[in-house]
This record gives sequence, C-alpha cells and structure tokens, in this order.
Amino acid sequence: MTRAFAKAALAAMWLISTPALAVQPDEVLPDPALEARAREISADLRCVVCRNESIDESNATVARDLRIFVRERIMMGDSNEQVIAEVVDRYGEYVLMRPPMSGSNLALWLAGPALLLLGFGVAFAFIRTRARSTNPTEAELTPDEQAALARILGDKQS
Amino acid sequence: MIVEIGHFALVLAFAVAVFQMIVPMIGAHKNWSAWMAVASPAASLQFALVAISFAALTYAFVTSDFSLNLVVANSHTDKPLLYKISGVWGNHEGSLLLWVLILALFGASAAWFGGNLPPRLRARVLAVQSSVGVAFYAFILFTSNPFLRLELPPFNGQDLNPLLQDPGLAFHPPFLYLGYVGLSMAFSFAVAALIEGRVDAAWARWVRPWTLAAWVFLTIGIGLGSWWAYYELGWGGFWFWDPVENASFMPWLIAAALLHSAIVVEKREALKSWTILLAILAFGFSLIGTFIVRSGIITSVHAFANDPERGMFILMILAVFMGGAFTLYAFRASAMEAKGVFSTVSRESGLVLNNLLLAVSSFVVFIGTIWPLVAEMFWGRTVSVGPPFFNAAFTPFAFAIAVALPIGAVLSWKRAQLGRAMRLMSGVALLTIALLGLFYALGTGRSLAGLITLALGVWLVAGAAVDLWQRTGQGREIAAKFGRLTRLPRADWGKALAHAGLGITFIGVGALVTYQIEDIRVAQIGEEFDVGAYHLTVRDVREVQGPNYISTMAFVEVAKDGRIVDLLTPEKRIYPVAGMPTTEAGIDSGFTRDVYVALGDPQLDGGWAVRTWIKPFANWIWGGAIIMALGGALSLTDRRYRVAAGAARDRAAIGVPAE
Repeated sequence: MTRAFAKAALAAMWLISTPALAVQPDEVLPDPALEARAREISADLRCVVCRNESIDESNATVARDLRIFVRERIMMGDSNEQVIAEVVDRYGEYVLMRPPMSGSNLALWLAGPALLLLGFGVAFAFIRTRARSTNPTEAELTPDEQAALARILGDKQS
Repeated sequence: MIVEIGHFALVLAFAVAVFQMIVPMIGAHKNWSAWMAVASPAASLQFALVAISFAALTYAFVTSDFSLNLVVANSHTDKPLLYKISGVWGNHEGSLLLWVLILALFGASAAWFGGNLPPRLRARVLAVQSSVGVAFYAFILFTSNPFLRLELPPFNGQDLNPLLQDPGLAFHPPFLYLGYVGLSMAFSFAVAALIEGRVDAAWARWVRPWTLAAWVFLTIGIGLGSWWAYYELGWGGFWFWDPVENASFMPWLIAAALLHSAIVVEKREALKSWTILLAILAFGFSLIGTFIVRSGIITSVHAFANDPERGMFILMILAVFMGGAFTLYAFRASAMEAKGVFSTVSRESGLVLNNLLLAVSSFVVFIGTIWPLVAEMFWGRTVSVGPPFFNAAFTPFAFAIAVALPIGAVLSWKRAQLGRAMRLMSGVALLTIALLGLFYALGTGRSLAGLITLALGVWLVAGAAVDLWQRTGQGREIAAKFGRLTRLPRADWGKALAHAGLGITFIGVGALVTYQIEDIRVAQIGEEFDVGAYHLTVRDVREVQGPNYISTMAFVEVAKDGRIVDLLTPEKRIYPVAGMPTTEAGIDSGFTRDVYVALGDPQLDGGWAVRTWIKPFANWIWGGAIIMALGGALSLTDRRYRVAAGAARDRAAIGVPAE
C-alpha cells in the first residue's frame, strides 16, 4: 500500500512540468522576424506529453523537437498556417491550443456570444418592465413595516 | 495519541454537524425556539472539534511523525519549519481538512456575529451551512482520511513537492479556501431565504459582508498564486488559463457579480431572484473548482490528486447541493417579487450590465475549462483548449466591463442622465484616447489588445478618481471638497479603491504583454551583454548547499547607465529526496519594471543558457490585486456594518446612499 502510494505520488510529481528554460539558445533563429513567427506558432501548439503547456513553455524533449521542426519549416518558407497544418497532420487536432472554429467546436466559440445576446434580451425586457411599472410598493415602507424592520434589525440579543 | 485525538475529534465534528443540520431545521419549521437555539452552540462546538483535529495533524507534521502515511508522503525532517506547517495543506487530505476547518469557522462566525439575525433565519442558515459540512466530513472520513497510520513507519519522509516549498504558495491555499468556502455563507443564506420564501433589503445587508469577505480572500489567494507562478515557474508568466486557475477565477467573477447585485437588493429591493441565483452559482463554482482540482479530471499543471473515486464523491456532493438548491429555486423564486422601479438609464441598469458581463464571462471560462471533457464525451474528439482560446474569448468581456465601469459607477439610482455621466468622464475619456494614440504612434508594441488593456487601465484608475471627486458635491471650494473627501463613507473609498485596483492590474497586464523585452543566449562566465537599457554581467556560477536541496547559483550583475542596480542570483535547485529540479529566478523588482533572469542548462562548449526579460510594470498586476482587496476590506469596515446593521436612528444617519 505504501509503495503504491509512493509510486503514485512520484508519478504525480513527474507529471508536473519541471520549470526551466523552454526555448534553448541554440534553437533561436538568427532572423528576429522569423523567430517571432516561430514563437507565435509555438504558443498555439501543445506539448503532447505535458499537462496543459504549449511547446513554447515546455522543456520536454518532444517539445524541443517540435520547436526545432517548426523553425525548420519556417526556414523552408512555409507560412504559419502550413506549419500548423503539418503538425496537426502528425499529432491530430489535440495539439492545437486554440480549437479550430469548426464542427462541434463552434458550440464552444459561440456559447459565450450567444449567452450574452440572450442575456441582453432578458435584461432589456426586465429593465423595460421595471421602467414602465407603476408599482405602488415603490413608495416608502409603511409605518408598520418600518417598525417591524427596526425590530428585526435592532434586536441584537434575540 | 495526539493523532488519535485529532481523528476522534473529526468523527465527533461529523456527528455534531449531522445534529446541527437536522435539529435547527426542524425547529425553524415547527417554530420551536429551543430547537433553533441549539444551532449556535453546535456551530461553535463543531469549529472547536475541527480545530483540534487540524491542530493534531499540524502537530504530526511539525514533529515529523512518520507513522502517519500523509506525513511520510509529504514531509521530511530536513524541511524548514514553515514548509512542515504548510505541508499540512500541501496535499489532498490535509487541504480538505483545511477546507472543513474554514467551513466550520464561517459557520461559527455566523453564530457569533449573527446576533441580529431573526432566530428562524439564523437557525436555517446554520443548518444549511452544516449540511455542507456533513458532506465534506463524510468525504474526508470515507475517502481521504489524513489520520491513517502505517504499520511499519519509515525513518524519513518523501518530502513535499519542492514547487510548493515557497512562501508565496505556503499561504496561497488558505486564502483561496477562505474565499471558496466563504461563498458557502452566501449559499446558506440564499437557501435559507428560499426556504423562508422571503428576501428583503435586510437579507441583502447580511449577505453582502460575507460575500465581500469571501471575494477579498479570493482576490488575495488568486493574486498570490499568480505571483508565485510568475517567479517560480521560471518564465515569468502570470496567468496560464490552467484549469486550476480557472477554477478559482470563475467563483471570483461570480462573487464580484453577486456583490454588485446584492447592492441593488439592499438599496432598491430589485434583482432579488437573480441575486439568489448568483449566490447559489457562486458556491456551485467553488464546488466545481474543488472537483476539478481534487479529481484531476481535467489534466493540469497543478492537479496533484488524480483519483476518480474521490472525483465521483465530489461530483455527488455537487449534484446534491446544486440540484437541491436549483429545485428549491425553481419552486420559490417566483415568490421573490421585485419592488424597486427604475428607468432604463440608472445605476440599477448599470449594475444589471455589470452582472450580465461578469456572469457571461465566467460562463466563457467555464465552458473553455470543461470543453475537452465535453468534446471527448459527446463527439470522441480529443481537443485542447489553451490560453489562445481564452485570450480570444475572454478579453472582449474584460474590455466591455472596463469600458462601462466608470460610467456606470457615476450613474444615479432610479433615474440617471447618461449625458451627465459622459460629461463627468469626458476629461478621462480624452486622456485615455490620447494616451492610446500616443502609445500606438510610438509603435513599439507587439499587441494592440495589450495597448487597449493599458489604456483601459488608465481609464479605470482616472475614472475611479473622478467618481470619488464628484461625491464631494458640486460648486464648493476646492479646500472644502478635500475636507469632504476625508469624511466620505468608507464604502465610497472602498468602491473607488477596488475599481482603481482593477485598473492598476489592467495597466500591469497591458504594459507587460505589450512592452516586454526578452533575451535568450549562451553566456560564458565573465560575459557581458545588453538587454534593453540594462547591462548584464555573469560574474560567476557556483554550487551552493541549501537545507534540503543543492543549488547551482549564478551571480549576475545588473547595471544601468554605468551604475550597478542589483546583483541577481538565479538558481537551479535539485531536491534529492523528492528527486526533482526547480528554478529560482533572479528578479530585481521595481516600481516601473522587473529585471528577470533565469538560469538554464550548462552548454556542451562551456557557458550557460541564460534567459533575461525586462518586464515593465509587472508588480502592478499584483499591486492592483492588493488594492482591490484593500478596497473590499475598507468597504467591509463601513459604518453600517460596524453598527451591526443598526437601529432606527442609525438607519436615518446613513440614509445617504453610501455607494
């Protein structure tokens, strides 16, 4: 039991990213513009063996290989989209940190705006009814109610 | 022996909680005052018992009692005392014990400070609060018992995860839990009010301080976590949209909405059923957060526990409490009749907008967090939802909130003139647009969104100042206005501070993402190089022995204009017991910028990988969080709470809207 526990604890620890430098000096492209593009692409690609880290942040070997691959493709003249498509071909859409706006993922992207529109509609309708309402209870509390409120609020012993 | 006492106290607390859940509830229903009255002493007793239990576990950690499974797995004799103590909650079982300790503390506080509550409401609140406790005591005792002994105790422990051996993270969980669990009070009040079938201004006045306190703690907790990630994870990021971070951010957003909607209930008796819904949702998100963190169901850098059985248990707790509360809500919400009438342009409408944006943005974070799970369950797609999604989907909401905030904050209740608010803010708006244009023209920025964030930060801070200033009234002399400024209610100052704090965080985030400078290189010992306006020299790299780690420490001199600014010591540490490396960045913190140096691996041909950043206004990110929390705390000490929600004459004295 202890050993199993220890193993589990150790496994959990190794899964935590070990913090370190991600991009190594020897990976950096000499042309700053191309390097900037490589960084931009890397931030959108997931390190497939890590927990929720992009290859730009991860120091796993796989991430390093992928970073080098991305830079090689850039040097060969691929566009950002081509590089990403190439990586998706190899690893599947799991590697994309930004889910593509297609198929079922549309629900993810549209859920927020749709709810906002709906909320606007409901809120607007509510505010209109409030504005039109000539609710008599808008008046101050009746003396009876006020006395009751004072009793409740002031009753510190209870 | 002490450990057994702790274990026994926890079992007793469970029993007391069951009693406190049932008896006062029946008493309130039947109107038996003796049955209702037992709630308060039961809450105190429950807290005392959990405190004994927690103290016993702490004792086991401090004395390194390796007959306890939990201590073996998370401690070591060489560990500094602070981390022996923080090790108590640096693991699944102990952190849950802290969770129930805080839950019992809030319950007891409601008993101690709730003297002015109507007895029936108080009995119900305490019973509901205790029912949450019952669920979590059962969870601990049946699936996550921290007091399990070992037959053959080892000589030493396996050490705490070195990433957690850090002052920032030592205090991060307690604050976060104070926030999470503090929202349970709002939940208990909401459910109690639904059972009573009555929500009024007095109810909102009782519920608001609890929510405000919870929000303040959450703000501090999230700020600490972000700060820790910044200096500890080694690349100076401050927010990763990690599921665990999102788990704390969602209740924070909902709690912020709840604070504001409770103002409307308190002052105008409108938005009642919406406020109840938010109170339920806020605690629901806390439970979801606990579920996400504790089940490890959504993979994350921080999910330390990975245990489906425990996940199922929390999911059941979530289903019971949310299902129960929503059912009750469905039956009773229609009884919450709104009273206040207000026109389309009014403070009320502004707060409705605030609530809409906060609630929907929280939903966006929620759906992004659970989407990988949903996509896999329903379509068999394995997708990742990372920072690029959240940056794209959440940022518009943050911008909309920031744009609307200063204008909404100066609208008057009932009926306002948009024109007046616009005129008040016109100077600030001009300043903001001019600054945005200037920054844009200077054009060194990488991201337009960053620039807008920066400008909106200025808009928020200046807007908060104008808001405070206009509270001093019109047409007085400047000196008289300053005099009035000091006599404004603390709630006014709290509001302005909290809003300005948000702006300061915006400025920090905007400046950092727009103007950060990065440098990656191999540096030999003795090598000098420039990053931005700074001149760095690698003086030396040495091995240094720490209490429970071995460090490779670099000494990097930072100079500017020929003057030495600081000597930074970035480190790479190895914790032999845990078998894990960590990085300690060398940071020269400043008001307008941080110089951030991280040490990488030694290179084959000599020299070390060194990564340097100039991070402008980095400290403003957490400074803003501190100011937001201060604003909340200041508002909490406002007169109307100190006078215990006051008798009639106090009510007259504070009749001026203190917002």
